[in-house]
This record gives sequence, C-alpha cells and structure tokens, in this order.
Amino acid sequence: MASVPREQVSYDTSRRIRLFSNRNFLGFLFMVPAGLILLVFLTYPLGLGIWLGLTDVKVGRPGIFVGLENYEWLFRDHIFWLSVFNTMLYTVVASIVKFAIGLWLAMLLNRHLPFKAFLRAIVLMPFIVPTVLSALAFWWIYDSQDSVISWVLIEMGLIEETIDFLGQPNSARASVIAANIWRGIPFVAITLLAGLQTISPSLYEAAIIDGANEWQRFRSITYPLLTPIIAVVMTFSVLFTFTDFQLIWVMTRGGPINATHLMATLSYQRAIIGGALGEGAAIATAMIPFLLAAILFSYFGLQRRKWQQGGRDD
Amino acid sequence: MIKRLRGGEKQHREGMAYLESLPRNVVTVYIPLAIIVFILLFPFYWMGITSFKTNEELYGYRGLSALWIHNPTLEHIRHLLFETEYPRWLWNTMFVTVTSTFLSIFCAVCAAYAIERLRYKGSRTVGMLIFLAYLVPPSILFIPLSVMVFQLGIFDSNWALILTYPTILIPFCTWLLMGYFRSIPYELEECALIDGATRLQILIKIVLPLSVPGLISAGIFAFTLSWNEFIYALTFISSAENKTVPVGAVTELITFDVYNWGGLMAGAMLGSLPVAILYSFFVEHYVSSMTGAVKE
Repeated sequence: MASVPREQVSYDTSRRIRLFSNRNFLGFLFMVPAGLILLVFLTYPLGLGIWLGLTDVKVGRPGIFVGLENYEWLFRDHIFWLSVFNTMLYTVVASIVKFAIGLWLAMLLNRHLPFKAFLRAIVLMPFIVPTVLSALAFWWIYDSQDSVISWVLIEMGLIEETIDFLGQPNSARASVIAANIWRGIPFVAITLLAGLQTISPSLYEAAIIDGANEWQRFRSITYPLLTPIIAVVMTFSVLFTFTDFQLIWVMTRGGPINATHLMATLSYQRAIIGGALGEGAAIATAMIPFLLAAILFSYFGLQRRKWQQGGRDD
Repeated sequence: MIKRLRGGEKQHREGMAYLESLPRNVVTVYIPLAIIVFILLFPFYWMGITSFKTNEELYGYRGLSALWIHNPTLEHIRHLLFETEYPRWLWNTMFVTVTSTFLSIFCAVCAAYAIERLRYKGSRTVGMLIFLAYLVPPSILFIPLSVMVFQLGIFDSNWALILTYPTILIPFCTWLLMGYFRSIPYELEECALIDGATRLQILIKIVLPLSVPGLISAGIFAFTLSWNEFIYALTFISSAENKTVPVGAVTELITFDVYNWGGLMAGAMLGSLPVAILYSFFVEHYVSSMTGAVKE
C-alpha cells in the first residue's frame, strides 16, 4: 500500500534529477542573471532609444509619435552637421596617431630593456586613472592664464604671450584630440605589445641573416603577423573614440562656438540639459550607422590585408 | 641544468639584440621611450604638485619655477576632506563600484560556465551576442536609460548605477572568464560528474578555484571600469550627496567665479589613488585581462 507514494516520490525525484542534468535547462538557468540584466538594461534601452528618436518626448512630458520629424530637423541643423564633422575628425586623427605612437611604443617596449616590467606598468597609468580626473588635469594644463605649457614656452623664449588653448576653435580641437591620444596610447601599446611577444624571435634572426633591413623586417614579419590583433585593437579604439563624451564634457562642454561638440556631447546637451529627449535620442541613434561603418571599416579593412599577403582567407 | 636552459632561453628571447650598439640604442630606443613616458606621466606629476601648492604660488609663479613646490601645503586636501562632500562621494563610488563588480562577476561566472561548459543549444550564438553587447557604447544608451531609471523610481539613487553598470561589465567579464574556463580540462569535470557531483558543486568546488587568476583579472578590470564611469552617473544622479567622485569633482568642485585649481587637482588625485593602488598590486592580472579579452 505504501509503495504507491514511494514510487510517486522516486518518480518526482528522478524527473527532477533528469531535468537538472539536462544541459539545455541548466544552461538556461545559469544564463538567467546575466540575461535578465542585459535584456532589461541593454537590449530594451537600445530599442527604446530608437523609438524615442521617433517621438517628441520632453523631460516630464510623454511624447507622441512624430515619425522622422526629428531627423528632418537635424538634417537642416548645421550644429548637428558640425558635430558629425568634429566626431569624424576627432576619431580619424586620434585613431591614426594613437595607432602610430602606440605601435612605436610597443616595439620599443618589446626590446630588451632594464626595468621592462616597471615601464610597462607605468605606461598603463593614463588608461586606469579615471578619464574625467585626468581630463581635469588637462584642463588645468590647457588653462588660458596659467598653463604650464605656455609657462615653459615663455621661459624658453619661444612665445611672448600665453596660448589660449581651449578658447579658439582650431586650437581647442587640437587640444582635445591631444588629450584623447594621451588617454588612448597605453591601451594600443600594451595590447600590441602582447601581440608582439607572440612573434618568435627566430623569424627576425632568419631575416637578419637573409640581409633584411629594419623596415623590411617590420613590413614582412611584424606587420603581417600582428594584423589580426591590430584589427581588434583598432576596432575598439575607433569605437571608444567615436563615442567619447567624458574628455570633451570636462574640458570644453562642446565650445568654443560648438567647435568641439561631438555627437555624444551634443545629444547630452540637447536631451538632458535642454530637455528634448526625443531629439537627443535621434542624435544618439544617428551614431549607430556611423559606428557600424567605422567598426566594419577597421575590422574588415585590416583583415583583408591578411589574404593579400598570402595568409589564410578566413 | 635548468638554470642553464633558462639562460639559453633568455638569450634566445633577446634575439640578435647584441648586434646593436649602445650609442645607436640611445638614439633609437632610450630617448624616444623617455619622451613618450615623460608625456604619459607628466599630467599626473602636474596634478600631484598642484594639489600641494599654495594659491599664491599657483597664480603668481612668475619668477618661481612652476615645476616644483616651494611652500607645500595640505590646505587643499584639508578643505576637500572636511569642508566639501568629497568623503561622501568617495563612499558612494566605493559602494556602487564594489556592489556592481560583485553582481557582474556573479552573473558573468554563471553565464560563462553555461556558454563554455554546459554548451546548451545556441550557446555559441549567445556567446557572440554577449561580445556584441560589449561593443554597445554607453553614450547611445544613456537617454533611454534615464527615462527607464525615472520610471522605475530609482532616479538619483545608488541603485540606478548599481543596476546599469553591469551592462558595461558583464559582457567583458563573461568574455574573459569564458577564456579561462576553456583552459580547464574536461576530465576534471567528468570525474566529478561520475562521483555524483552536481553542476553547481562542480562550478563552486572545481572550476572556480582553478580560475582564481581569471576572477581576479575580471574583478580588477570591472572595478576600474565602474570607478571611472562618468556618463551614467552624470545623468542619473542629481543631488550633491549621491554623486560619485568623477561626477562630484566635475560638477561641484568647479566654481566658475574663482578657479580653485589646487582643490580641483587634490580631488582628482585623491579620486585616482584607489584605482592606482589597486592597480599597482595586480598589474599582471590587469595586463592579462586587457590583452586576454582582445586576443580571444
């Protein structure tokens, strides 16, 4: 008589055991915490942002669907186009210089040097210190009255008056780009250094014996072998430069006369300060195609080199 | 014998560097390296000495050398710690950073284990999606998130940050931990399964202890990322006492009538110290997490 419930119990337990050893069910269970957070706070807002760009929502007032009105408005807005131009300039110039100096620094650090580990550690400093706080330091370095750069140049007798770094459109652009390059070099250099360390020195020895000069060694050994990692590093670098907000916001807030406004800072200004959430969201959404193009360009542009040089085509 | 082998290996690594002469090296290696390192470190030096200079020295240094402190003072730091809300911001930043780091590591461990070891249906796709999530920048998410944060009633509270920071941290940590879990031999898990261990026991007793370096790397990196986060904290926090250090320094310490550079630089320096100290203890983990995530 008592055997029926016991069977029932064992049936239940075995079903539970079976369920918990089913990898699909377990996998789902393990994915719940991460999946929930990413779906709610990443995927949903991504869609919501695109939707908000199609409405005229303001802070404290629900909006109605207005179609592409925000975009039509932006299309005729010269400040928006100026911010697009600034973002492009900022991304292209900063990425190229970061790559050049970063690769150079990586190759210098890849040599046999005294205190190599220590050097590598301090080179990363600009990357780990909060960007906003180092941007404050740059703001002070670029001060119109008491800039240390002006001070040094005056002491050396090179200039007469202090330089107004952030006061003129073009010098402001150059200054913020320089700060961004400073911030980005360590990441590029250290990741490329990790790539360089995987290249076997015997390849260089063989090349030296064959009479290859330094440039030929770089061109035919270092660069092809480094290409995959260059592609990834530059994709990240372009991505983070394109969407930069912190440096600009601390140093210039987009000024003078919008000369350093990036798309991210413009969307913050319109949406949060100006209260036009819909318009800000439209600017943010307008970044997505540029962003995809930039990622695809740096990724495939660099990947293609691989088969051009006779590597695997994957 | 081993020592000699090591020596040989070292020589091998140096390659043919011995062919290069010292004077040549000074010009092509040491001087450029010194200049780059100087430029990379100068802003920190300037930040540091500014925060110990008196105001007279800061604004009237004609005649004195600007590059050195002549009358060191702790006035700026005292003012910062006792007359502003700076300690409060430090506490907020610490709380938000630690909580969101632990939350993210927990989520990332579960997700990475499931993707890498349970290999459920579609786990490859989910892995790719998580990598793509890493590429979504906060600057296109802050507007919709601010609307959501407001509707959820967590605007201007630490929770707004604790719940949104993981969207930046989880993709990175998951991607990193997947690489670590992949390196643990399957046989260990199979043995444990045969011995009747559940998946949870395997994760806690076998996989996690073996991936401690990976956990530290992910933790350090997540800690720095959330300590440095700015745009979400700037958008979601409005009252002075709830701000984090980066936001507080930018919005509250800047008084536009009188530029208080000493105080501002002291704030920047103190805010950088925690990550700098943590970093100095775990440099190797940090470098491996940064390069590891890119190499995958």
